[in-house]
Amino acid sequence: MSSLPGYKALPPGCPVQEPLSAHRNHTGSWRSERPIWNHDLCVQCGVCDMFCPEACIGQNDQGYYEANLDYCKGCGICMQECPTQCISMKQEEE
Amino acid sequence: MGTRKGMEVSIGIAEAAMMADVDVVSAYPITPQTHVVEHLSELVADGVLDAEFVPVESEHSAMSACCGSVAAGARTFTATSSQGLALMHEILFIASGMRLPMVMAVANRSLSAPISIWNDHGDVMANRDTGWIQVFVENGQEAFDHIIWSYRVAEDHGVLLPIMVNFDGFILSHVVEPIEVWSPEEVKQFLPPYDPPYRLDVDNPWTFGPVGIPDIYLETRAAHNEALIDSQKVMEKAWDELHEVVGRKYAALECYKTDDADIVFLTMGGISETCMTSVDQMRDQGKKVGVIRLRMWRPFPFAEVAKELGGRKVVLAVDRCLSTGGPGGPVASEIKAALYHLDKRPHVVEFIAGLGGRDVTIGNFMEMYDKGAAVAAGAALPPYELVGVRE
Amino acid sequence: MSSDLTNVFAAKMLPQRELFSPGHRACQGCAPALAMRYMLKALGPDTIVCNSTGCIEIISSSYPESAWGVPWIHVAFENSAAVAAGVEAGLKAMMRKGRIPERRITVVGQAGDGGTMDIGIQAISGALERGHDMIYLCYDNEAYMNTGIQRSSGTPWGAATTTSPAGTQSFGQHTWKKNLAEIAVAHHIPYVATACVSYPFDFMEKMKKAAAARGPALVHVFAPCPTGWRCPSNLAIRLGRLAVQTAAFPLYEVVDGKYRITQNVPHLKPLELYLKPQGRYRHLTDDLIAELQQKLRERYAALVAKAEASQE
Repeated sequence: MSSLPGYKALPPGCPVQEPLSAHRNHTGSWRSERPIWNHDLCVQCGVCDMFCPEACIGQNDQGYYEANLDYCKGCGICMQECPTQCISMKQEEE
Repeated sequence: MGTRKGMEVSIGIAEAAMMADVDVVSAYPITPQTHVVEHLSELVADGVLDAEFVPVESEHSAMSACCGSVAAGARTFTATSSQGLALMHEILFIASGMRLPMVMAVANRSLSAPISIWNDHGDVMANRDTGWIQVFVENGQEAFDHIIWSYRVAEDHGVLLPIMVNFDGFILSHVVEPIEVWSPEEVKQFLPPYDPPYRLDVDNPWTFGPVGIPDIYLETRAAHNEALIDSQKVMEKAWDELHEVVGRKYAALECYKTDDADIVFLTMGGISETCMTSVDQMRDQGKKVGVIRLRMWRPFPFAEVAKELGGRKVVLAVDRCLSTGGPGGPVASEIKAALYHLDKRPHVVEFIAGLGGRDVTIGNFMEMYDKGAAVAAGAALPPYELVGVRE
Repeated sequence: MSSDLTNVFAAKMLPQRELFSPGHRACQGCAPALAMRYMLKALGPDTIVCNSTGCIEIISSSYPESAWGVPWIHVAFENSAAVAAGVEAGLKAMMRKGRIPERRITVVGQAGDGGTMDIGIQAISGALERGHDMIYLCYDNEAYMNTGIQRSSGTPWGAATTTSPAGTQSFGQHTWKKNLAEIAVAHHIPYVATACVSYPFDFMEKMKKAAAARGPALVHVFAPCPTGWRCPSNLAIRLGRLAVQTAAFPLYEVVDGKYRITQNVPHLKPLELYLKPQGRYRHLTDDLIAELQQKLRERYAALVAKAEASQE
């Protein structure tokens, strides 16, 4: 049973009325490996955030970068581009 | 009351679009629509019409640009014919599926091959299923009135569908007819400004034209279908309002001398006038014949057709298009579909006339009547006839 | 160090606001998706995007969710330039007639290389010629990726795709990549630029210049596709950088007909550094690689000469 509206409730042409609503789609389930930041090497430069196609890398309270695992697809670009090579990719278990 | 002028029908259509104060005209020239867009670009160049005239590089882009400008919230007009309408085909479904109200005047012209610049309904019939409201006009006054009327209907929040106003190429587009131009006060009274419920708005950023996953495609189509069918009510309301403002009456089906007619013609578009003249002459001869003119093509007025045609003995259906290898005439096949459920149905004698600009004469109508009368008297129903074809 | 020094120091200057949401359905490592992030960071929320059918459209607008934080419209495949022209004309008329308040809104028409250089070229040429105040953006991943990696006129010489496969009788695409920037320059528009997602600040500056130009602007952004190029997903940015550094995709801009190289590469890297990690080139012999490198370097030299002549 679909959770989508019936035809009488649809706005004409079925536009998507909520901007940025893709955030409801948690693409993190796609990945087979996740990035891990080594805080001893991380200089908090922000290159990883800049190059993330998912825009899912941000800073924690201490200013170190980390991936939002709801969205991270495990592509590894952050690992590849990190200037201090502080990111490693770890296999997801199971 | 507006002023009555003699003007070429194409010019009249452009003048009507100007009076509707369109914001964008996005069009590509094609015979016999050219005078419409030429006059509109003159009106813009002279500052009479404040609009963006976008001389696009093809009809496909014309319809695409129309989709963009309507989505942005602008009142938009275009016109085309034949090959141009065919080239727009892909985008026509999208314009209606995305519920973008715009008005397009189609100067009906036959489709290639062989290439023909002359009038028939092949172009619009090839686009029956595009989900647009489609009406036919028979003379210059109707053409003028229906451009303004179309904006009233299309932009209605209960409709939000694009409209094709069909007028016969050359036999209507290029003739000078008396047209009562509306006064600006009459236009203001009848036509409100375009107030789109949804548009491309940076303060309210919506996504238009998303991927219609299987879970939603059917519902979107169902909603569109219902909107098209229900638009008849708005069309009729708008015709009533038009009558109040300028005094002329229009309807989905218009009947001429049909009250006591067992045999009626069914026509659409410009040849209806020739048919009415033929009916007058046949009446003088004592023949009880009339003509029913179909104005509303999409949505198809099933109920009205069943009501008006159901009780007749013979319907002489005159199509201006051949559905090759199919049921002959598109109009005839839809008429028959409307009559099928009736316990008692008329014989539908089918004629396809005027293809590629072949003249349809009073003599042709007289012969059609004779064939219909023979069927009414018990002769076998013939298959559809290509009127005047040389074998 | 694999990252360009500029990026290391400047990354913190990236505008924070995300107008292209996570949760979109692009493949892992999709550079076109990254290009969307940068485009909207450069242009801001007063932007309307008219998108052709293709990868970006499909992954960002699957009902009932949308990744877009700006108004966005998809009509069909070949016509985003015409749709954008219509939006521009509509806004212009409405503002002039007082229907909506005057406001600077950037209108963008965009498509992939297929939707731009093949099926979309007519609509683009028309929009550029008519002088609409809009940006046309081509995100170039060098094939029809969304439908399964078929060749386009943006596919480079020697690359294998599903409709230009390598075989005993073929070395892959045997025609040269269409030069979109030159086609745009031939329309005498105020601003044309090539860009690459691996040089984000250069790309964002170019988008800003394109928006500021009064009239049509065209930006051609190179955006590697690991899925289609048959390489690991983490290499998208590295390959974009190598494409620039080997002259496979030079970065330049043309302002009112004057050429300027924006990423100078005085010592071009060997082309095979760029080709080897990509499965779509694995069939190329050393001879073919040498031939391709020669051709690319000749064209780069001609571009440099053109830029030098422009600056005189």
